[in-house]
Amino acid sequence: MITQETSTLVSILDPLRGAFYDTREPPDCLSDLNLDQLIETVTGPKQDYTLKPYFWSPLENTEAIRYRQEVMKDLERPSLLSRIKEFAEKMSVVHRYLRMVEKLDYPYHRKGWILEGILLYTEAVETLCGALQHEPIRSEGFLSFRGWLEKYFTSEEFQYLSAEARRLKESLASLRYCVLIDGGKVKVKRYEGEADYSVEVENTFEKFRQGQVESYLIKYPERTGMNHVEGKILELVAKLYPTPFAELDAFVSSREQFLDPTLLAFEREIQFYISYLDLILELKQKGYPFCYPALSATDKDTFVREGFDLTLAATLLKEGKVVVRNDFSLSGAERVLVVTGPNQGGKTTFARMVGQLHYLASLGLPVPGREARLFLVDRIFTHFERREEVATHRGKLEDDLLRIHAMLLQASPRSLFILNEIFTSTTLQDAVFLSKKIITQLLEKDALCVWVTFLDELASLSEKTVSMVAQVDPADPTIRTFQVVRKPADGLSYALSLAHKYRLTYEQIRERLP
Amino acid sequence: MMKVFLLYPDRNFDSKRTLPPFRETLVQDLGLETIFSAMAGGDKFIHEVAERVIFDSLRDPAEILYRQEILKDCLDHPESIQELYRIPLEFLDRKRKQWLWFSPRHSSPGLILSGARQLLETSLDLLRNLRKFAEVHGEAFRSRGFRRLFTMLRQELDDSYLATVETHVKALRFPNGVLLSARLGKGNEGTQYLLCKPHNPAGNWISRLFAAKSPVYSFSLHPRDESGARILQDLRDRGLAKVADSVAQAAEHIESFFQVLRWELAFYIGCMTLKDRLVQLKAPFAMPLPRPMEDCGLMEGYGPLKDRSPAEDGKLKEGRVLTARGLYDLSLALSLGEKTVGNDLDGDDKNLLVITGPNRGGKTTFLRSLGQAQLLMQAGMFVPAEAYKANLVTGLFTHFRRGEDRSMERGKFEEELQRMSQILEVIEPHSFVLMNESFSATNEREGSEVAHQVVTALLEEGVKVAFVTHFYEFARRIMEEEETHLSPCQPHSEHPGLPSSQSCHPLFLVAERLPDGRRTYRIKEGIPQKRSYGEDLYHKIFHPTVQRLTSV
Repeated sequence: MITQETSTLVSILDPLRGAFYDTREPPDCLSDLNLDQLIETVTGPKQDYTLKPYFWSPLENTEAIRYRQEVMKDLERPSLLSRIKEFAEKMSVVHRYLRMVEKLDYPYHRKGWILEGILLYTEAVETLCGALQHEPIRSEGFLSFRGWLEKYFTSEEFQYLSAEARRLKESLASLRYCVLIDGGKVKVKRYEGEADYSVEVENTFEKFRQGQVESYLIKYPERTGMNHVEGKILELVAKLYPTPFAELDAFVSSREQFLDPTLLAFEREIQFYISYLDLILELKQKGYPFCYPALSATDKDTFVREGFDLTLAATLLKEGKVVVRNDFSLSGAERVLVVTGPNQGGKTTFARMVGQLHYLASLGLPVPGREARLFLVDRIFTHFERREEVATHRGKLEDDLLRIHAMLLQASPRSLFILNEIFTSTTLQDAVFLSKKIITQLLEKDALCVWVTFLDELASLSEKTVSMVAQVDPADPTIRTFQVVRKPADGLSYALSLAHKYRLTYEQIRERLP
Repeated sequence: MMKVFLLYPDRNFDSKRTLPPFRETLVQDLGLETIFSAMAGGDKFIHEVAERVIFDSLRDPAEILYRQEILKDCLDHPESIQELYRIPLEFLDRKRKQWLWFSPRHSSPGLILSGARQLLETSLDLLRNLRKFAEVHGEAFRSRGFRRLFTMLRQELDDSYLATVETHVKALRFPNGVLLSARLGKGNEGTQYLLCKPHNPAGNWISRLFAAKSPVYSFSLHPRDESGARILQDLRDRGLAKVADSVAQAAEHIESFFQVLRWELAFYIGCMTLKDRLVQLKAPFAMPLPRPMEDCGLMEGYGPLKDRSPAEDGKLKEGRVLTARGLYDLSLALSLGEKTVGNDLDGDDKNLLVITGPNRGGKTTFLRSLGQAQLLMQAGMFVPAEAYKANLVTGLFTHFRRGEDRSMERGKFEEELQRMSQILEVIEPHSFVLMNESFSATNEREGSEVAHQVVTALLEEGVKVAFVTHFYEFARRIMEEEETHLSPCQPHSEHPGLPSSQSCHPLFLVAERLPDGRRTYRIKEGIPQKRSYGEDLYHKIFHPTVQRLTSV
């Protein structure tokens, strides 16, 4: 178990604080599995947080995974989620102020906005701290963060920051000054109790109001920024009231970096969870199931019920369609799922789904499905036939083999292979030969694999292979159900089924002709 | 507060309201243009006012009496009224000469304030004159309308108030600059700009104030700093916004007050002008007695007024009322420039006047006088008569024969039917329809039949009808039905299958003709003669052999 240290740094992403996530490149498998699209969708609205590196860094041990799953479970509670979102909203405004400050010219204008930033920041921290006290938190991640936050909040430094900022704001806001505008001349003096003239004029002319006359008041738009006239006036106001402005000077100049790094890290890291949650909540509303997988780093027994391709589900959502869910399992010596069946039948989608589930699980996220038991893989290798690239026949085969060979060299018994329709453009003889060789090597490695192929014989190679077949409608083989089920390969190829439908198999023709 | 209310007891006159349908027809048939012109005395504005007010018939006797009171005051004090009328005229004159106008609403507050302020400045002494007028003449005026107006002026525009307004109006020119107070908002940006009151508008308050211990810092814009000038203007405007709004609204109201005052007084001025003309012509005029239009419902089983029992609350239910003494055609009198023949009329409890008699006997004139009196009464004016008493009506309609010639063109009949149909589109119960030789474009038999149906239907709907006609057949049937109605033993009419009108209470009038053939232009009670002499002569001379089909 991870012990809670009393240091000031905690991370909501990792029990071992200080874990680095500066992965610059996505893992290779992401584009074949369409996870790059998914990550794009998830991180798109949150550009400012630079979340991709988190999604590019799978975890390597089950404790870290459990840590994240627990945090996610806490976050799925709407009240906590909304509080965190509130906090994030305020922080983003603080950042906006600070960005704006860089473009301002007048010193007291700048300092005024820095003060606003500090005020909002301290308010956000205070509110979050209070909110977390009332939330029933169970995850270690949140518990340690809450503990840290409390310490931060109650620290002398922070309390002073907050109280002094407020005091300064009040004292500045209580200032009132007079501006006399006479042609091009401006005089500034302290306010000394001059009465509101508008009210007096209004009262005098009240009796001339009968019936409804439209008001002449026009709406003044909110002005942003300060011009040279106002800047000058502000300067003079500072002269009129030197004390509060001097205090502002002193306060701000020593606190240009008032944002706590641990809090900033939290602000960013929590968005990893929130951005993913936003996506799956939408899908949950449409009835898709999600679950927290049980992960093992040692036991390769696998079981998934009602899994589905998350990227496809998100895409189809916009069109109002749903994606089909499938089950699969591996037990005992089983290692390779061999998937056969008609073209466009959902085999590739199924293969992607398996890859996605393992990857997302290794990020510590809830996965698409009703129930899942998965092995924690160390790496996912994918090879998807790319039909668009038409190199010469022989050149392509060589490239493919080189790639697969490289993958096998790098693989470990804890790796996962997703092979989709390889060797389709070579001769049948070669395909059979090569496939058998490759699968043997895979089985020796004891790696996990999903292999989509047209070669039925692979499916029944040994007790380590599992045959899965994409189903068609028994009444009409042209209709795909996209269900992939565990059963022996058909033997009957799709093409022949079609022929059968049109009564063009050999026997049928013989019968038909006289 | 600044309410005129000289035409209505509870509201100002709405000069934008649409005029009733058939306005032009009424003007033409009743000769109203002459009356309007006489009232206007050459003034286009008064002409418009007269027309609009007269066409905006009142429906409540109380409102009519309200106006009559005011009119009496005006007739009693014509010079004072003229003096009063000059005040709003002066305002509008000054406004035009000084090119004062309201800046449109999207202009800057500074501009709006400046325009409004100047308008107010112009109004001040006129408001003072109004009040003085009220003080001087208040007691002499007896009508509720004027008394209310003068009290309001005395109370609302007293010297101290006007002095306050004057002070503000001067100060709002900001001769020494605009003073704003402000606070620091987010980022120390200026916010909550409020206009502050200068301590001493007349004196050099700035030097006095700024000479105090409190420090003052200042700067000036570079003379060519245009954007700076705009920014200062904007700041100024923010402070001035509310004040500009108040002052502009006030100025708008004062202007509208003067406009309304001018409008409503113009009507009475027109009446005064008309009265002067009538005095010149030695023609009589009188304030009529208006009777409510309710309670003069359908005439089922009505007996004469004296036989009716009082209603539960002790008041006698009003029936149809139409009594006049010396009623004459005002338009004709004005055109001829002389007093014309007046008629007496006892039309109480009657809802149908059948007027027959020789051509050029004064029948049309009589009809016109009825219409004019009704309209003028319902405008709250005096009427061309020595005495007049009548129910109010919801609408007045005319259906006059078109064209001078009496040639019988079939096409014209359809035109008459169409016009009648248009009237029926909009007519309500308690209206009054004046029919002048309607359906005469066809022969007597057809015309009588159509007329009978139209008239009886109208009567049953509670409409009053006055019908000038040569259709003896029509008149005969009406007479017969009246007799039948009075003697219930003979319920059937000569025309089985058609309803015999039990709701018809006719009064038969005849244009007088002396034995030697001269016309007196008097209309007297009398049953219709069989035929008009003109027709007799015509047929005798031109078609001696053609048998008249309608022989009775």
